[in-house]
Amino acid sequence: MASVCFYFQVHQPNRLRDYTIFDSDSNYFDENKNAQICRKVAEKCYLPANSLMLELIRKYKGRFKISYSITGVLLEQLEMYAPEALKSFQELAETGCVEFIAETYYHSLSSLYSEQEFAEQIILHKQAIQRLFGQTPRVFRNTELIYNNDIAEVIGKIGGFSAIITEGVDRILGHRSPNFVYRATGSSDLKLLLKNYRLSDDIAFRFSNHDWSEWPLHAPKFASWVNDVNGCGFVVNLFMDYETFGEHQWESTGIFNFLRHLPQEILKHRDNDFKTPSEVAAAYDDSDVVDVPHTISWADIERDISAWRGNKMQHNALAEIYRLEKTVKDTEDEGIISDWRKLQTSDHFYYMCTKWFADGDVHKYFNPYESPYDSYINFMNVLDNLSSRCRTALCGKQNVLL
Amino acid sequence: MREFPCLGFLCEPIELSIENLNHITPYGKQGYKMKVFMLGWEFPPFISGGLGTACYGLTKAMSQAGTEITFVLPTLTDGGSVDYMKILNAEGVSSSENTEFKNVRFITVTSPLKPYLSSQTRKFFAKNEKKCEKICSFDSNFSKNEQNYGENIYEQVNKYAEKVSQIADVESFDVVHSHDWMTFPAGVAAAQNSGKPLVVHVHSTEFDRSGENINQTIYDIERQGMYEAQKIVAVSNYTRNMIINRYGVEPDKITVVHNGIENDDNFTPEKSIEKLDKIVLFLGRITFQKGPDYFIAAAKKVLEKISNVKFVMAGDGDMMHRMIEYAAELGIGYKVFFTKFLRGANVEKMYRMADLYVMPSVSEPFGIAPLEAVKNNVPVLISKQSGIAEILVNALKVDFWDVNQMANKITAALKHSPLRETLRENSRNETRKFCWGSAASKINEIYKQILTVTG
Repeated sequence: MASVCFYFQVHQPNRLRDYTIFDSDSNYFDENKNAQICRKVAEKCYLPANSLMLELIRKYKGRFKISYSITGVLLEQLEMYAPEALKSFQELAETGCVEFIAETYYHSLSSLYSEQEFAEQIILHKQAIQRLFGQTPRVFRNTELIYNNDIAEVIGKIGGFSAIITEGVDRILGHRSPNFVYRATGSSDLKLLLKNYRLSDDIAFRFSNHDWSEWPLHAPKFASWVNDVNGCGFVVNLFMDYETFGEHQWESTGIFNFLRHLPQEILKHRDNDFKTPSEVAAAYDDSDVVDVPHTISWADIERDISAWRGNKMQHNALAEIYRLEKTVKDTEDEGIISDWRKLQTSDHFYYMCTKWFADGDVHKYFNPYESPYDSYINFMNVLDNLSSRCRTALCGKQNVLL
Repeated sequence: MREFPCLGFLCEPIELSIENLNHITPYGKQGYKMKVFMLGWEFPPFISGGLGTACYGLTKAMSQAGTEITFVLPTLTDGGSVDYMKILNAEGVSSSENTEFKNVRFITVTSPLKPYLSSQTRKFFAKNEKKCEKICSFDSNFSKNEQNYGENIYEQVNKYAEKVSQIADVESFDVVHSHDWMTFPAGVAAAQNSGKPLVVHVHSTEFDRSGENINQTIYDIERQGMYEAQKIVAVSNYTRNMIINRYGVEPDKITVVHNGIENDDNFTPEKSIEKLDKIVLFLGRITFQKGPDYFIAAAKKVLEKISNVKFVMAGDGDMMHRMIEYAAELGIGYKVFFTKFLRGANVEKMYRMADLYVMPSVSEPFGIAPLEAVKNNVPVLISKQSGIAEILVNALKVDFWDVNQMANKITAALKHSPLRETLRENSRNETRKFCWGSAASKINEIYKQILTVTG
């Protein structure tokens, strides 16, 4: 039996505007740019991909299933800038073949800094999914699939989840295969679904690479790789950014065509099927416990957290923003709290990454700044302003009390 | 072709393959030593700008790669010339210099040519001319009639060209390579007399030095050199664009070869000096080209945000007095310090005290100075109107006119030590890759290309 489990990450950050030390207003975000990018991605990816998914779900009458994690910050942007895209996600939700996964509302790194903030953001996200899609998420995925034993423990404490999605990193699996279901350390019932990064990345990264020996990739070939799993695994976890369809891999690469023919090819083999993450967790017993003392993620070849916390600027910016937690929450000012949370989105720290900077690498593609130094300076200026807003707000509160 | 250990990103593929050349000319053949007649105007230790440093690094790397160079340069020096002569003279050279420059022969021609002629240096030359001539005249044949140098620099440039072409008559070489406008007429003359191709190497243009108020005669000299040359080497894309847009030269004729730096693996900068106030350093000539006024305007803005900071302007130049007045006018005179020209140990000490080095140049063809700061562990902020900004990624960058951003970034660097530390570490690692070897091999490829066409 080989179940194909598709899970798509759907996210766009709130990009900051150029904010110098001489600015003093509290408009931190570049509304124009965010609207523009949101609409562009909706047009190139969300709308055509959703319409294709809907077509496939209808065609295969319940046999084709997928899952999404859409961040809270993107949901807000879709509501504002591309409501038709949000509507098409809602249509997908109504088919009953689409599962929505929980994560931190703000796509943050709070799991590494504040248990309380982490829990609060998961609850916020759950509520948003309930409100917009009428489902209660039962599977959790952390920002960028960041995971370790401690995070599993916190998720266990929060409760309500049957499984966590993370990366099938070789160094945690050893000789084991990602095509089985595993269990988190210290838990009796929290399952782990691990990304099959080879097959996932064949679609997400290598699909249009002409230098790749398997190029061009067509659905029958990919299905044959999935068939090979039969007898040595239960599930093929294909986890990727949703923007793979139409944005990272442009339509002209044939990515939509590939997707259109894939279900048919997969279902040709009578032992194959499609399952959502919670169905996978329910259908298969865990075969082993996976111990993850050191944090992993799905980023870069290192598959660790060095993309967000690899240099001193990143350490400093993260430490500073979480140091403000109590002050921010004490203000009880919704605007301040929401701005502070939007600043927690992992992308802001990713922009500060200097790991590959000198080599001019993929990081650049996603980076609105000319350099990681500029992004740090901008971020710290905004944070400095936020912090002074907190002081003002707290002074005001004290005065009222007196 | 010789392989260099650190070609890195500085090396772009050159279209002509060497296999093709082998059938046509001897120049691509294994073991053939290209002979270059090279014209410069300064060479360490007597330098006033980046040109001398660049000529030094380049000829050394070319020599090590097996290119034979006859380096002709004007000399007019004060004390310390004994050391200088040591380098010039093949005999009695110290052993390390001997191997590094084993393929370089120096010929000096007495001339008061200097790239950046200020009134003071001119006076100095006038005073010392006689003495210097006596010490430095390398070949007495070409040093006759030299007492009568007039005030007119163009006359000097032409006289120099005449003398150089006389030398060229008796030398044998494959190609003439001229560095910057003062040697362009000499290069053109040498190339014409010998029938060999000319390469002109542009380290700066009249627009960099003078802004829009260019000297028409110098512009004409530059332009003529560029037109007569078979190939032009530009030290940056910034300069290449300047040559295309301002001199109307065919883009295909110009190749960018970024400068390298002398990496000394044994060099470890001294520990920085603890002090109460942060220090922002401007180190260079205080002239229009270097944008000192933008530095002071930014200082004023920084001081609106933080007070425990001093601004140091180390250098001399025709705008210094105006800058002192400008700082006073803005009411920040007590925060801006002028050290005048610093030398040796004082430069090093200055770097040890600095928290940030700023190069706000209005127009900087390359800009080797920030690399010195990086080498001395000082993070740098550079203007985008510079060649160095094209290749140094681990630096803060601003448009020179954007005083607000300049102040914003200076303030951030002073406020946040993690920013300084990340810049420091990454820029030092990065600049280790900027070597002269790759520049030398690119230039060698250019020679081969033109010799295939003309030869």
